[in-house]
Amino acid sequence: MQYTFIALVEDKPGVLNRVASLFRRRNFNIESLAVGRTEKSGVSRMTIVTNCENDTDAHKIEANLYKLVNVIDVQDVTRQPSVTRDLALIKVKATPEQRSEINNLVAIFRARIVDVAPDSVIVEATGTEDKVEGMIELLRPIGIMEMVRTGQVAMTRGEHCGIRRTPGANGNGWHPEEYVQVG
Amino acid sequence: MKLSGAEILWECLVREGVEVVFGYPGGANMPIYDAMLSYPVHHVLVRHEQGAAHMADGYARASGRVGVAMATSGPGATNLVTGIATAMMDSSPTVFITGQVHAHLIGGDAFQETDVTGITLPITKHNYLVTRAEEIAEVVAEAFYIARSGRPGPVLVDICKNAQIEKTEFLYPDEVKLLGYQPPSHAPKADLQKAVELIKMAKRPVILCGHGVIMSGAEEILQHFAVKTNIPVAMTLLGLGAFPASHELSLGMMGMHGEAHCNMAIQNADLLLAFGMRFDDRVTGTLSTYAPGAKKIHIDIDPSEIHKNVKADVPLVGDLKTVVTDLVPLVDEYEHEEWFQQIKAWKADGDARSIMSWPEDGKLHVSHLVHDLWEATAGGAIVTTDVGQHQMWAAQYYFMEKPKRWLSSGGAGTMGFGLPSAIGAWFAQPDEEVWTVVGDGGFQMTQAELSTAVQENANVKIAIMNNNFLGMVRQWQEFFFEKRYSAVNMRTPDFVKIAEAHGIPARLVTKPEEVQDAIAFARNTPGPVLLEFRVEQEEAVFPMVPTGAALDQMLRRPVRDAA
Repeated sequence: MQYTFIALVEDKPGVLNRVASLFRRRNFNIESLAVGRTEKSGVSRMTIVTNCENDTDAHKIEANLYKLVNVIDVQDVTRQPSVTRDLALIKVKATPEQRSEINNLVAIFRARIVDVAPDSVIVEATGTEDKVEGMIELLRPIGIMEMVRTGQVAMTRGEHCGIRRTPGANGNGWHPEEYVQVG
Repeated sequence: MKLSGAEILWECLVREGVEVVFGYPGGANMPIYDAMLSYPVHHVLVRHEQGAAHMADGYARASGRVGVAMATSGPGATNLVTGIATAMMDSSPTVFITGQVHAHLIGGDAFQETDVTGITLPITKHNYLVTRAEEIAEVVAEAFYIARSGRPGPVLVDICKNAQIEKTEFLYPDEVKLLGYQPPSHAPKADLQKAVELIKMAKRPVILCGHGVIMSGAEEILQHFAVKTNIPVAMTLLGLGAFPASHELSLGMMGMHGEAHCNMAIQNADLLLAFGMRFDDRVTGTLSTYAPGAKKIHIDIDPSEIHKNVKADVPLVGDLKTVVTDLVPLVDEYEHEEWFQQIKAWKADGDARSIMSWPEDGKLHVSHLVHDLWEATAGGAIVTTDVGQHQMWAAQYYFMEKPKRWLSSGGAGTMGFGLPSAIGAWFAQPDEEVWTVVGDGGFQMTQAELSTAVQENANVKIAIMNNNFLGMVRQWQEFFFEKRYSAVNMRTPDFVKIAEAHGIPARLVTKPEEVQDAIAFARNTPGPVLLEFRVEQEEAVFPMVPTGAALDQMLRRPVRDAA
């Protein structure tokens, strides 16, 4: 099944390569990976969607991500209350007569037409993966010329946070008062 | 005062306590080699960069300190790769410093340019590309900290030539702070309590002692724990020496070529306490049939080892020494009399099959030779090996009493490790007796380091077990490929003449009655000495767990062969 991880990483050259290389090295397949800056300078945030068989594999991914020196925090938000969004730009063949049909479809999906050319329009669709897929399926018969998608980004709702399964990892379950002190 | 990047590098190395560096100069690290002349660090000129990597690794394993190797860009750096992978698999604290072309040439396929950080990304704990002199001090401090802390491992620092030359202010960081890297130390108290409950209830417990015990410096507290709880101790190949072989609680080595009674004990245990080991396929046999009746307590500093191969009932992530120290006051003394009786019965069967019980047959057997070496050196030498049959016999018959004396490539299984790692170990422990036990195949892979040994007058004794075969592959072909020998027969050179060409005293041994004298000759001759033993050609290492079998389904040496 699909698992979604959020990873906070140091914003340094080569970090994306390290993360991608880890998935290759451990034989996990990345479905989508979105990366960008965060509210903290020097910290980037990755949303990684991957197919893995079960929670044991999810644990492996988490624990191996933590092994990367540049990875600061990892959460599994797969089953957590969260907002996930995917953005697609879809260039659709459109004669002036077809524009109104496209307009209607786009309105239903709360998408937008962001560019109009003599024989095409660009539709911007934002939403969950399902919604974007739905939009694409309806536009397909009209004629999709070109498409680009960002991949999923995710954020947990309110005070919820993702699962951290890796004991002893950075910032995770690290409550010194729960730990035995050597006397 | 402003220093060049190369000078800053050496300032850092000296501050990290580096006394010896193994390396090879070339175009892209010449400023580093030039600056080296002004610093009190001994440089060992190797004959191939792989040798430098294994020497740094051997130095690290024998001393517990960080080993350092250097190479130039391109082929110099790629020659390190096997050695880096070896250090990675066995978690050896090492720092590799490579030269790189000028920063402005990177990506342009310049002469001797190779993407070394790219190549070594999956075989290093971490690596760095340094393009400016200002970065060097911080990067080197981080590199040493990462290499030796947590689960140790190799760190590579690739330094562009312009960064070596440019001058900048030198400031050594007082401490290293890494946002995403904080190795754990204690395990949660609640989890310790869960472990204690399992230990209390266990009737047939076994401690599985791995390399982590040695790297954490936990051998004393482990012994205390084992004696207090009265639990027998099995060791992985790299765990040998972590617990005294002569101790009554020792079960010896586990796994594919482990002691039969040790594997039987593991398979029949009701509790396994895995201390700093990672359930490698060479110690578990087929996972689905591994220790079916046993609960597992797994202590490891690397969270990614937990549940990786074997599901742990109680995972304890932390520094082994710290965690076991926390456990000791929580456990009581327990009786496991029935369990020990059972193990004793298994052991008696194994003793009857032991090759040590064979009568003298006029031939040289590696197991006997290793035993003779063990006797002659009173079990006190540092022993390094290559990989294959001789490695297993050395592990089985050189009974290690202390840690950091058994140096072998376990995870990677790198042939050619023996000689260079022995040279590295000698630099770490120059007052100790250092032997390398190698096969005729592996020895030839890094034979060039003989001249390094001579140049450094390294007091390393080389014992070549020459059977004119790649013995372990031959054994597999005998057992599993209907004895269809394919590319295993090896015509070897006259090793004694090769030694003599290097100015190394050497002897050929072909008969059992010559063995003692030859070992004494090697021990009494200062500097490197080579002994070539012409051993029984088609002998097999027993016991053996075949691929796909359960750990207790071992091929055994037939009883009828025993005396």
